[in-house]
Amino acid sequence: MIEMIRVGMADLKASRHPSILTTLGLGSCVGITLYDPKTKITGMVHIMLPCSKIASANTNRAKFADTGIVDLLAEMISLGANRKEIVAKIAGGAQMFNFTGPTNTLNIGARNSEATKQVLKELGIPILAEDVGGSYGRTIEISSENGRLMVKTIGYGVKYI
Amino acid sequence: MKSDIDLNNINSFHLDVLKEIGNIGAGNAATALAKLLNKRIDMKVPQIRVMKFSEVSDVLGGAESEVVGILLGVTGDITGNIVFVLDLLSARRLVNILFGKHIDEETEFGSLETSALQEVGNILAGAYLSSLSNLTNLRIMSNIPGIAIDMAGAILSVPAVEFGKNSDTVLYIENEFTYGNNSVVGDFFLVPDEASYIRLLNALGVA
Repeated sequence: MIEMIRVGMADLKASRHPSILTTLGLGSCVGITLYDPKTKITGMVHIMLPCSKIASANTNRAKFADTGIVDLLAEMISLGANRKEIVAKIAGGAQMFNFTGPTNTLNIGARNSEATKQVLKELGIPILAEDVGGSYGRTIEISSENGRLMVKTIGYGVKYI
Repeated sequence: MKSDIDLNNINSFHLDVLKEIGNIGAGNAATALAKLLNKRIDMKVPQIRVMKFSEVSDVLGGAESEVVGILLGVTGDITGNIVFVLDLLSARRLVNILFGKHIDEETEFGSLETSALQEVGNILAGAYLSSLSNLTNLRIMSNIPGIAIDMAGAILSVPAVEFGKNSDTVLYIENEFTYGNNSVVGDFFLVPDEASYIRLLNALGVA
């Protein structure tokens, strides 16, 4: 039985093969999975906000796209992953509530996905697949066997990216 | 505002005060719901939860359970979010009562049903907040409600994200309503931001 590792909100985990990493109920948050296909070392971070600089207190680095991805990468490298081999898949960044009022300007989901892509670009990590946006929640699961990412939704079924 | 209150180390006295805030707010909301449905509504003693973000998705019977969430932004002297969450069965029962159908009739959530639920959320949240406002003498208003039918974790992450800008834990004041044998279980989550939470305690003279 392969160990299933839960990643909570504002949380990150890295693991050696064999493992399955999962995070449940992504809304406007973004789940970022990093995978080294050679060593099969896998990592996942569940970020809530785009940038650590907007917050006054930022003790939990896994909460933000900028610091969370950097920390996850470092943890995977310390487990023996090769920096050059690592590829990414991302999911989430939905807008759960549609407001007709003035609060509409704050689409944190879209800002989270944009920031995530920007950070990965700066780190030179290619994004192999993504499933972002929309207005629905997602549960994701990555297998260290092949780096396949399962995206599960309530209204749109299950897909693999 | 200078205060020695730390959300990560909240004491039991402050928790009791917050619980009482939740109790009074929910009492008013329950009365509003009872009037709306013309049924007797009971409520449970509210739960106060101070949670780490990583624990948020475990509330409400699991992150993946499908629920109806009605979310309103709170503005005025305190800011934050108020979310009214119903499981699917309860939401359907509520709609059936409102529309004079048999309580367990299979009803799809079309635009009419969702807007009815949205309005119920609006009325209940309004009752909740106005009693808070009376109690604290603070000006508290709510924005237009938004509704989502989806995974509990995804819905509750929305107020958590709002809260997350300045804090690593989230404070939920959770209320539960039931009525008769045909229970409608609805949870209220009041999620003030950290400054507002201190302001609430200050207004009650306990900070």
